[in-house]
This record gives sequence, structure tokens and C-alpha cells, in this order.
Amino acid sequence: MTVIGWLQIILFCVIIVALTKPLGWYMTRVFNGERTFLSPVLRPIEAGIYWFSGVDEKREQHWLTYTVAMLLFHVGGFLIIYGVMRLQAVLPFNPAGQSAVAEDLSFNTAISFITNTNWQNYGGESTLSYLVQMLGLTHQNFLSAATGIALAVALIRGFSRASVRTIGNFWVDVTRCTLYVLLPICIVYTLFLVSQGMPQTLGDYVEATTLEGAKQTIAVGPVASQVAIKMLGTNGGGFFNANAAHPFENPTALSNFIQMLSIFALGAALTNVFGRMVGNQRQGWAILSVMGVLFLAGVAVTYWAEANGTSTLHALGLTGGNMEGKEVRFGIVASSLFAVITTAASCGAVNAMHDSFTALGGMIPLINMQLGEIIIGGVGAGLYGMLLFVVLAIFVAGLMVGRTPEYVGKKIEAREVKMAMLAILVLPLMYLGWTAVGVVYPAAVASMANAGPHGFTEVLYAFTSATGNNGSAFAGLTGNTIFYNLTLASAMFVGRFFMIVPAMAIAGSLAAKKSIAPSAGTFPTTGGLFVGLVVGVILIIGGLTFFPALALGPIVEHLAMNAGNVF
Amino acid sequence: MLREIRPAIVLLLVLTAITGLAYPLAMTAIAGALFPARAQGSLIEKDGKVIGSALIGQEFKDDKYFHSRPSATVAPDPNDSTKTVPAPYNAANSGGSNLGPTSKALADRLKEDVDKLRGENPNAAVPVDLVTTSASGLDPDISPEAAQFQVPRVAKARNMPEDQVKQLVTANTEGRLLGLLGEPQVNVLALNLSLDRAAAK
Repeated sequence: MTVIGWLQIILFCVIIVALTKPLGWYMTRVFNGERTFLSPVLRPIEAGIYWFSGVDEKREQHWLTYTVAMLLFHVGGFLIIYGVMRLQAVLPFNPAGQSAVAEDLSFNTAISFITNTNWQNYGGESTLSYLVQMLGLTHQNFLSAATGIALAVALIRGFSRASVRTIGNFWVDVTRCTLYVLLPICIVYTLFLVSQGMPQTLGDYVEATTLEGAKQTIAVGPVASQVAIKMLGTNGGGFFNANAAHPFENPTALSNFIQMLSIFALGAALTNVFGRMVGNQRQGWAILSVMGVLFLAGVAVTYWAEANGTSTLHALGLTGGNMEGKEVRFGIVASSLFAVITTAASCGAVNAMHDSFTALGGMIPLINMQLGEIIIGGVGAGLYGMLLFVVLAIFVAGLMVGRTPEYVGKKIEAREVKMAMLAILVLPLMYLGWTAVGVVYPAAVASMANAGPHGFTEVLYAFTSATGNNGSAFAGLTGNTIFYNLTLASAMFVGRFFMIVPAMAIAGSLAAKKSIAPSAGTFPTTGGLFVGLVVGVILIIGGLTFFPALALGPIVEHLAMNAGNVF
Repeated sequence: MLREIRPAIVLLLVLTAITGLAYPLAMTAIAGALFPARAQGSLIEKDGKVIGSALIGQEFKDDKYFHSRPSATVAPDPNDSTKTVPAPYNAANSGGSNLGPTSKALADRLKEDVDKLRGENPNAAVPVDLVTTSASGLDPDISPEAAQFQVPRVAKARNMPEDQVKQLVTANTEGRLLGLLGEPQVNVLALNLSLDRAAAK
């Protein structure tokens, strides 16, 4: 670890904190339907869209209607992606002549993109046409992100409103999020990325003759427009197989730094939106503090482990850390920081190959996802995931003093706690259950690329990433098989919707409750004690759930490595 | 609930058209006008022919060129499409080795490469990036140490004074952005092109 390394990490954190308040202010205005500086341009377009699609923007929805609208929207999104993938051979914008994508891979990818996972069983440049990249993937990058943010805002309304039956209008929230938040940022961001060297073209792959006379086919495409939203919307599905490690998908140290910022920006800002909507910004800062504590702990471990290197490297006298699977322009620190950011949020873009990380360095991304991606988290998903843990923490605090717990003026009762538990327990059921199948079913075992405990970690990582809707991988695992295409799709589906529906039920139930004024017996939820309690609850639940699995994978691998074993 | 069906279809199609077609196509047009060379992939031409991209690494085997890092990219096996064969710096199929810290295959590969490099230049420590594969398999850069390590070999193969080659390495070394972000790096293709130019004088 170096001073310059830590300075990069500190600079990153400072900028995120500085962005939280202004972005939160802007997003609050957007979701409250107030005027913004973009309204003169965008308001006519917005109104036209509502008129054309038959949306009455004044009519609010009950939580069930809101949820059904969201589900219907996903059915349509699924059909579009599946359709263009299966038909890409006969559709335009296919200069590389890619043939139709197989049924199981199309199914997996369609589920993957509507759930904001963006797991890559496909290799972008070798499988997909430009049309699929744009119409299939870029569009869903926007809409799944807008959906996540809309759901988080709906849950916030549950906390902030009192004695009402409605939590907003899904169509309005999605449209406003897309038009006012995602698109304007992406337009500027795309141009910045192209200025750094990222291609944005519909032209053919380039045939080059290298300096030594060899042939090199260079894949290009409309990369920048997709990467902008892939990062901002914490989607993470790469244009290229190597994702943000590909020099075209992340050309410079500056493009890398901005990409890292854009993964966290909206998720962090949503904590401020929460604070503003419940009438006390300190509530938002308290939640951001919980996230910050867990984040910095993860960064420290991964950076230390990667800078330290492996026994294999030490035995050969190689210093400078574990550079296998890392790019020179990012080095150890930017690769480690990116890995922690991308798994803390549910982004899943990678600028280094996590499969080649040290055992402990690769364990942190795994833990981040297993905790439910609540450290900033996916846009929207991170906040509603964190609020579920807050509900539990408040419940635990209430049990300790024998008093009905309350949070931002709402009583937390049996229904909320049951729903929070359902959402929190269904995740380990998916990733632990499928991992158990994956390590004994012969067709699945054959997919492992590494032997020994590392092979187990590859499988555990895959199902954890799918369930958490992350999308990063220990990419050695051959995921494009019928077994993995179907099981991973089921994990992504359950991981997304079995989290969303209980969260919406909580939103509906809270919105209907009366708001109560804080009294002398109310547990203050803006201070250090609250932050410590929530961190404790997260680590205890997480530790009890997945520590045994980690012991079989990265922990035993670390011990084996120190003993000089290879597999 | 039935009245949600129309927005579910129409709104989806409208937003899909905006974000999936209008946005990427408009960005392609604007980016192409503002940054024509970069939008096309920062291609480098020599005598009217494309010799590569400034951002995409190439494989160099000749002693008179600086070598890039090892690359783990593969291509489909021409004899059996279900298998792959190694194809370093295949810019149509990026990817890393994905070998883990306790992989025997990785340990063996590292040992072989380190032994070879020690034979080539016994006087300097082997830089770690010169024996490890990159994440993309297309890394255009090596560290300044990895470039300096290769100076004796390149100078000998070209009959150039080592000092002159060293100067070229220094001239092609890029530092951290603002002295803070990223890592010092040397673009291998740019360095080799300037070597060729220096030799042609």
C-alpha cells in the first residue's frame, strides 16, 4: 500500500460525499414533480409521452398497483431483449454478421438485464450485434435503473407520508427518472468518455496489420453511449467481454476514476433524497455513514491483500503486488478500489479479473454482495435493501428496551419486520442452495476453471452475484451452459423480485400508518449509536448466514496459499 | 389494474425508442463530429494502412521491439468449434486468464516466464507486470520498469546505444494524471513506433 494509493481512495470518498447533497436536492425535486432547470426543454416531451401512453400523471397508485405496473413493465422489457437477441441475424446494425443467440443464453441475458444484474454469459464483441447492444441492452440499462430508483422513492414515500393509501405513480416515476436524471447525465458523460478514447461508431470491426505483420481484428461499436448508463445505472454489463478492463471500455486513469464515481453517485444521493423526504437530512447522512464504515473496511482489506501479492509471486521474487488479471494503467489501487465499489453497489462492471484476485482480496467483493449490496448498492435497490436492515435494527433496539420501535415517525410492527425478514432470508436461500447443487451436479462441476477451494469460490461467487443482481464474476467459470443459464436466471429473478415485492408491501403498510411525533423514549436514529447498531445487525446476520460458505472457499484457500499449496 | 396495460406497452415502446435508438444514434453522430478519430477507435495508420489502435495492445515477438505483457486471449479452434486455442492480443475476444492465487497452472507459467526473462537480463529484477497477463488481454501498456528491463535486449538487437533506447523509453513514459490518478505507464506500440523512427534516421 502506498500514500498515493490511499490519496486516490480518499479523493474518491470526498467527491462522493460532496456530490450527495446537490444530487439529492435535484432528485428530490424531480420525484416531487417540481420544476427543475431542465423543465423548459423536457416538460413538453414528458407531457407528450403521458398523453401518448395514456398515463394520468395526477392519479397515484396503491402499492399493489404500483408493483403490478412494475412487473408488467418488466415482462415487456424481457420480450424485447429476448426477441432482438433471437432475431439479430436478420435485423440491421449487425456488421460483424453475428448469428442468432441460443435460446438458453437469450433467456439468461434477458432476465439478467431486466433485473439490473447484467451477468455476462455472452461475450459482447463475439456474440452480439450493435442493435442488440443498443435496443436490447442499453435501453434496459436505463429502464431497470429507473425502476430501481422509482421503487426506492416509493418506499421513501411510505416513510414520509401518513394515513394515505397511495405511494406514487410508477409510470411517472420511471419516466421522470429516465428523462430528468439518467438521460441528461448520460449525454454529457458519453461525450466525456469518447474524449478519453472510447469508441462510438456503427462501423465495421477494424482489420489491422500489426507492426510485426500479424493480422488483428479490432472490435469497435457504439461503446460510450452504453458504458455511460451501464455505470450510472449500476448495471455493469460490458460492451466487451473484458468489461471495464478493456482499453476501449476504460481507456485512461481519468475515465476509470469518473466511472467509479458514477457507480456510487446516484446511490449515495438517494440517501439524501430519503433524508429530505422524511424531513431531516441527518437521517440520510446516518444511513450514508453506515454504508461508509462498511465500504472503507472492505477497501482496506482488498487493497492490502492485492498489494501484498501471493505466495507464488513471492517464491519467484516478484514484487509489486498481484498483477495477474490487472491492467497497468490502473495498477493495484484502482483495481482494488473498483472491485470493492462495483460489488458494494450492484454494478458488476469489472476493471480487473476478480477470479485472479488473492483469496482475501476476492473475498471482500463476495461479502459485499452477500450482505445484500446495501453499501450504496444498486441505484434504488441499495437504499431499499438498507432500509430493510434498518427496520430490523430498529426492531432489535425496540426488543432491548421493551417498547414498540419507531423510525422517522412510523411505528415498526410485526408486518414490516416479517416482510423485511422474508426479503433478507430469501437471498441466502438462493445463493447457498444453488451453490450446493452446483458443486455436486456433474455437468455444473465441469464448468469450474480452477481446482481446489478456488473452484468452489467460483460457483459461490456466481450464484451470489446473480442473486444480488450484481453481475460481476469469477469469470473463469464457464457460465454459458444450460445448467448455469437456467439456474443463474432463477437466482437473478428471485433475488430481484422477492426483494422488491416485500419492500413495496412495507411501503404500502407504512404509508397507511399515522405519523407520530418523537417522544423522550424514541431511539434517536441520526447518531453514532444508531450507525453502530445497524452495522452490527448487518454483520451479525451476514456472518451467521455465509461464514460457513466463506470458510470452505476463500478462507481455506488463503490458509492453503500461505502453506505453499497449489491445486 | 387493466388500465395499466396500455402504459405497460406504449410507454415501454416509447422509452425503448428514446433510450435504445434515439440516444445511442444521436450520440454516435455528435461524438463522430466532435471527436472523429477517437470515436472510430483511435486508429494508427502508417503508409495508408491501419497498423492498430493507440489503445489496443499488440503482440511483439521480435527482439528489436519492446514486448507487451503476456495475453490470455483465445480464439475458436479452427478444427473444433467447441474448443478454443490461445490467440494473444485477439482484439475481437477480450479476456483474462482467470487463474486464481493457488492455481498450479499459473505457478508453472510464472516460473517458466521468470526463468526466461532472467536469462535475458540477469542484472535487473523481473517486473511483475511483464510475467502476468492483463484483465483484458489487450493491455496497451507496460510499467516503466518493464520497459527499462528490456532496454539491453532491444539495444543489442538494433545495434543502438543503450542510452539512446533509454531516452526513448523515458520520452514515452506517462506519469500519473495530476501526479495522483493511475499508474506510470509506457504505451508499447507508441514506443516501438518511435524506435522505428529513430532507427530510420
